[in-house]
Amino acid sequence: MTVGVVILVHNAFDRAEQVIRHWVDGGCPVVVHVDQKVDQKTHDDFVASLADLKRVKFCKRHACEWGTWGIVAGTQSASVKLLAKFPEVRHVYLASGSCMPLRPVKELVQYLDSRPRTDFIESATTSEVPWTVGGLDAERFTLRFPFSWRTNRRMFDGYVKLQRLVRFKRKIPAGLVPHMGSQWWCLTRQTLSAMLQDPERQNYDRYFKKVWIPDESYFQTLARLYSGNIESRSLTLSKFDFQGKPHIFYDDHLQLLRRSDCFVARKIWPRADRLYKAFLSDDGLAMQGAEPNPGKIDRIFSKAVDRRTRGRPGLYMQSRYPNRDWENGVTSAPYSVFEGFTELFENFEPWLAKVTGARVHGHLYAKDRVEFDGRQGSFSGALIDNPILRDYNSQMFLTNLIWNTRGERQCFQFGPTDSQFISWMLATDPNAHVSVISGAWAVRLFQSNRNFADIRQEAAHLQQLENEHLSALRSPWAKARLRVWTMAEFIQAPMEPLQLIVDEMTGKTVRRLTEAPRMADLTGFGQFLQNLKNQGMHPYLMGDFPIDPSLINAPKKPRKPYLVR
Amino acid sequence: MVDNESDDGGTEYLKEQPDVSLWSAKGSYKKARFGVDWLNHLQRKYAHEHWTLVVDPDEFLVYPFCDTRPLRALTDWLDASSIKSFGAMLVDMYPKGPIDNIPYRPGGDPLDIAHWFDSGNYIINRNLQFGNLWIQGGPRARTFFANEPEKAPALNKIPLVKWNKEYTYVSSTHMLLPRGLNLVYDEWGGEKASGALLHMKFLSTFTDKAREELGRGEHYANSLEYKAYAAGLETNPDLWCKWSEKYINWRQLEILGIMSKGNWA
Repeated sequence: MTVGVVILVHNAFDRAEQVIRHWVDGGCPVVVHVDQKVDQKTHDDFVASLADLKRVKFCKRHACEWGTWGIVAGTQSASVKLLAKFPEVRHVYLASGSCMPLRPVKELVQYLDSRPRTDFIESATTSEVPWTVGGLDAERFTLRFPFSWRTNRRMFDGYVKLQRLVRFKRKIPAGLVPHMGSQWWCLTRQTLSAMLQDPERQNYDRYFKKVWIPDESYFQTLARLYSGNIESRSLTLSKFDFQGKPHIFYDDHLQLLRRSDCFVARKIWPRADRLYKAFLSDDGLAMQGAEPNPGKIDRIFSKAVDRRTRGRPGLYMQSRYPNRDWENGVTSAPYSVFEGFTELFENFEPWLAKVTGARVHGHLYAKDRVEFDGRQGSFSGALIDNPILRDYNSQMFLTNLIWNTRGERQCFQFGPTDSQFISWMLATDPNAHVSVISGAWAVRLFQSNRNFADIRQEAAHLQQLENEHLSALRSPWAKARLRVWTMAEFIQAPMEPLQLIVDEMTGKTVRRLTEAPRMADLTGFGQFLQNLKNQGMHPYLMGDFPIDPSLINAPKKPRKPYLVR
Repeated sequence: MVDNESDDGGTEYLKEQPDVSLWSAKGSYKKARFGVDWLNHLQRKYAHEHWTLVVDPDEFLVYPFCDTRPLRALTDWLDASSIKSFGAMLVDMYPKGPIDNIPYRPGGDPLDIAHWFDSGNYIINRNLQFGNLWIQGGPRARTFFANEPEKAPALNKIPLVKWNKEYTYVSSTHMLLPRGLNLVYDEWGGEKASGALLHMKFLSTFTDKAREELGRGEHYANSLEYKAYAAGLETNPDLWCKWSEKYINWRQLEILGIMSKGNWA
């Protein structure tokens, strides 16, 4: 017993000829369907090029437009001819001119010989198929589609809408349960001839002529009526991308295809000389009856679709520039923002770098320069410390920085003395972990040697800026992970919040912090705030600070000697 | 090739090439809207319904899989995907050390000398009038234009287009009309396929060229760019910094996020 091949051809005739010869050399008779739309001269030349082969026949031609009945009609004509002319055929394999056998034809014949009653056809009910394009699944079977999807999309869509509006529904012929699946199948003579010779066939054909993309449902549905043994998968490796067009194989897929153990693959790029040479000349590599295993190819193609539809989060580039709220991640990785920490602690940056191992920058958005880690003049990705260039697009400065340092946690300082352009972005980015000691900016003013009138004015300004920033962080649209302490609150027990922050960044260490950063000398700070109040300014972001300095920086009591005997 | 009255022997060389059609354009480059008029005319006349790649002599196209698949594979795939235009941004390449340290000799591979580039300092804005992205950044922005970044040169380019005689380039190959052709980027989070044009401007020949172009005054925005170069080149002509990236291949550009495979696999 042998395998017969039905081949549908509409272009790349030189390659089709090669493939047909390969099938025939492997012992398989072939019936070819050439698209009616191909001009007569090309058709005749093609027929002539295969004239020397006795076991190649051509069938009646039908016009094939994607999504319409022509492809099914062509397949039917070719199948009828194949079954009639070659009585030794037991399995019929449907392929196209751009399909290529990856394994020796002998192996396919053996494989099918040992499964003489099995029909290989992917066939699933409409509710179980995820791959439909344009949202038409069950409706493929209940609406009418007189307009071309390719050339007359507006009418196509409009007519679908209209039918939905008036709740039009076609009647599905009795006994049929709509199934769909890959167009490429391999059926036994029994099943296929039962379909083609069914007295009801005219009825079914009339119905399917108006179904959308019938080549994915006609045989798939009817096989369920006649086949006693359906194996619901296609022997042809064929992957579709998100637009519903098949992925194409090129020369650089050679190893991938070899290792897939699949019998036939499509689509092959017609100019992939190396693939055609490798798979058609030496009859491929024998694989000792291995089962097809397209897993790796599946992964590559599904990754490609993912790249096209979801992209890389946090990347902004020439071919990915998402509209607002469609970014699928404003930035590419979590990062930490500290506000008021460097003001309160003298050595906060080196301390944080030491305990967390993260990259700790200074005030990246300082007005006079970008304070990169170690105050370098440039940083990862060739970002430079020029504040004008940074502020030209302050959001992309940050998205670039986070993207460029993937794999390394970034931390930076922020505060009301910095340029405030990114305030809103920080608030809405779920990757931003913002910790704020509110009011700590006043420490710098407290330490400064300036006239008090200036200090008062500056304090009022900074407080207003920080308040605006905090309202952004607390707005209902904010997505940042936020922690706010007033300065008074924080210095009561600084180790607790610090431990919390470090644990969160390093992913829960059991280790307790042994070394704390050094806090600035706050002797007289309470009085300083009181002076501001006395001058008519109201510093409220620091929380309630006691005026008595002894409560904050109380002199440490000498420790009692402790001896162990 | 369009030859605008060159005097460096280029005309003679090109005339001898069997696979080059040579046009000579007399007159001002500036008045021809920086060459765009010449190109649009040629394309309207000869390129209707053909894929066309428009590049300057110092731009080298890199596209996904360019080391294993010919350009025809890309255009066939674009055709099959109903895509009419393909973006490839300029990536300025430069040598390590002062630009004129290593002399460039005719016939040499410029990539042997200028194989460094900036990987992650590009800035993007949307041009609302034409719908294209306006990309700036790279070594030119950080060395010559850091204090007036709005004047930094545009790096966005759409050099590969399935041409139609109704189409037209508006400003160099930065943008086209009709506007739909400028949508070479995805707006809903995904990535479209894109390439890069390695820009070999910064070779030893550059210093002389900058002075010459400044004298001619035939360049964009009153040769502002060249004025900045001339000023910059006297003080610090080294574009390299320790974060510069050394060019390896297209996959590297893909990983860095400068270009994308999109759904081409």
